[in-house]
Amino acid sequence: MTTAHPTTSVPIWRDVRFLRVATQAVIVLVVAVVVGLGVRNLAEAIDARGLGFGFGFLTRSAGFDISETPIPYTPASSYATAFLAGLLNTLFVSLLGIILATILGVIAGVARLSPNWLVRQVAAGYVELMRNTPLLVQLFILYFAVFLQLPSVANSLAIGNAVFLNQRGVYLPAPQFGPGAGALGLVVLLALAVAIGALVVAGRRAREGNPIPRLGLYGTLAAIALVAIGWVVTGGPVAFDLPELQRFNFVGGMALSPEFTALLVGLVLYTGAFIGEVVRGGIQAVRRGQWEAARALGLSEGQTLRLVVFPQAMRIIVPPLTSQYLNLTKNSSLAIAIGYPDLFKIGQTMTNQTGQPVPVMLLVMGTYLAISLATSLVLNIYNRRVQVLER
Amino acid sequence: MTRSGMPFIVLVVLAMVLAACGDQAPSGNAGASQADESEPAASQADESAAPSEGGEPSGESRLALVQARGNLICGVNGSLPGFSFLDESGEMTGFDADFCRAIAAAVLGDAEAVEYRNLSTDQRGPALQTGEVDVLIRNTTWTVSRDTSWGLFAPTTFYDGQAIMVNSTLTDATTLEDLDGATICVQSGTTTELNLADAFSSAGLSYEPAVFADIDPTYQAYEEERCDAVTSDRSQLVARRTAFANPADHLILEEVLSKEPLGPVAPLGDDQWFNVVKWTVFATIEAEEQGITSENVEETAASSDNPAVQRFLGVTPPDTDPFDSGLGLEPDWVVNVISQVGNYGEIFERNLGAGTPFELERGLNALWTDDGLLYAPPYR
Repeated sequence: MTTAHPTTSVPIWRDVRFLRVATQAVIVLVVAVVVGLGVRNLAEAIDARGLGFGFGFLTRSAGFDISETPIPYTPASSYATAFLAGLLNTLFVSLLGIILATILGVIAGVARLSPNWLVRQVAAGYVELMRNTPLLVQLFILYFAVFLQLPSVANSLAIGNAVFLNQRGVYLPAPQFGPGAGALGLVVLLALAVAIGALVVAGRRAREGNPIPRLGLYGTLAAIALVAIGWVVTGGPVAFDLPELQRFNFVGGMALSPEFTALLVGLVLYTGAFIGEVVRGGIQAVRRGQWEAARALGLSEGQTLRLVVFPQAMRIIVPPLTSQYLNLTKNSSLAIAIGYPDLFKIGQTMTNQTGQPVPVMLLVMGTYLAISLATSLVLNIYNRRVQVLER
Repeated sequence: MTRSGMPFIVLVVLAMVLAACGDQAPSGNAGASQADESEPAASQADESAAPSEGGEPSGESRLALVQARGNLICGVNGSLPGFSFLDESGEMTGFDADFCRAIAAAVLGDAEAVEYRNLSTDQRGPALQTGEVDVLIRNTTWTVSRDTSWGLFAPTTFYDGQAIMVNSTLTDATTLEDLDGATICVQSGTTTELNLADAFSSAGLSYEPAVFADIDPTYQAYEEERCDAVTSDRSQLVARRTAFANPADHLILEEVLSKEPLGPVAPLGDDQWFNVVKWTVFATIEAEEQGITSENVEETAASSDNPAVQRFLGVTPPDTDPFDSGLGLEPDWVVNVISQVGNYGEIFERNLGAGTPFELERGLNALWTDDGLLYAPPYR
């Protein structure tokens, strides 16, 4: 072959410039073909099976009930409302899960590096157990073997007359806002502003070496006094609605269902273990010299961790942490196994009741995609802020 | 960089091409996807042959497809004792499973040539719409929207009604009114879920739903006292109650919340296949009316000189051609169905009747001659 081209120039299949362009072109072509085939198949399949494609059903009455909704919902509400209720349930459990999993994960990560043998072993046991068993199994165990084994409604565990715990959920007093609650809210905000302002000023003056004695304390006391005066003036507009046992269930107050609690606890325990490993990795990636330098300056163990190690570890922690947050959000779709009405479960029910699987699944996928992209965006902005600024 | 990257790129491209082939097969035709599962190598090799083998989606009937494939893919519940569940020997048995076997006997002459697909309530509609199953016999209620969007409902095999079962250790409720404020377990994607909402709101009562996607968690949660009551088709409540630790603690209320006609469903837009499913059900009913059972069907076919029976059983009078039903089945298909599976009465008694733990009465599911609703049109 080569003898047929007695030229000194590089043959085209070894020319780097050509290869670069060619690989790009091939990849574009392949992606286009695959996407095109997929779309064509979908269109043909929908056509062949007589499946309609449209979103007209969204405004129709859903007809099914949802066990817990953050917005007013009855079976007479529209499918769109049902979908929104599912979305809000997903966001609620995800957001709460992310916050709690982060706290648990940081504790687990730091504990795994603790000089205390027992703490270290307990943390390691927790992380390995959670990381190495499937989340679905954990959810089933939590739901059926833990939360449904709580005492029955009649034998609820009670804290005073206000908090009840049984197998149907956790019942808490619910605040009821009367007239004047808005004004009280403004007073509370004002009090918060006073307290924070005092603390900030006190801190700045202290750093400048010109402290105002007890400014922070006075500020806080003033804030408390403000709230107290506000409460009296507005006539105490916030009452608490206590849960009360009726024929079958507790009525009134706020209730967290066992489905929600099991899902939340499951997601937090599972994701917390992964976050723990991310945090441990981040801390261990900070060079030994940094610890030693901090100690040489006389910083305590806690100060070293908080002021020297953690800020540097964050640069390593944040990108994998983003993935864990996204995982938690997407794993919340396992709610379907234990009956928490999240986005995916409502989507499944909608598919079933409308007979429109493709539009509903596109809607569900698009929504998860949007949630994930929004989470990534926020964390990427944060990540840029904690990165090293090259000078 | 480029050099070391090339093998990876080639791999990715290869994977994409393979994925594209994989994508194409299931949507081409359900029959083709079935063939893929049994012979993955063959289908990869002649990708172009797959569509022609499966037939044009609209052109060929599923009847030919099933006959070419040699087995019937039947969507069932799989977790409902009495209707479709695995027995000790690992065989799918039950009332619904027997109708799957009846259709297989009619189409293929072999009642055992059935592949069962266990489907949840949420999966069954799409499974039928996408043609993943040839027929859905999964205690599915006939409604107008399902009839127009899921598939065509063959005659009802079981006339049921929605009922409520209460845990009598938790409540002494005996009517719907007594359940005001109760927590009720229900399965999502069912007509019972919708009827429950209707029944309580029209009676001006309130309830707290606990909705589960699968049948097992629904009853598990109910048995763990997550709910005061559970609602479903009466037959299902009876069947699931037998599996409880203390069946005597659970009371099924007399109230009937709705009509629940359960029957087989065939995919939309295939008249020939729909007729086969429909007339297989009718054949079991007709056989009971004629007194033809699995015991005597062969003998009746050989000895009867009643023209109606001869026509029904595909017996050819001397010097004539057999009666052509137009269904595209063998003339003696009814004999296959009755001898291998039995008539309606036999199927009912075997799975749900007095000799079973469920001890269901025939009730509405008796022949029209016995004041029931079962009525098969003339076979001629």
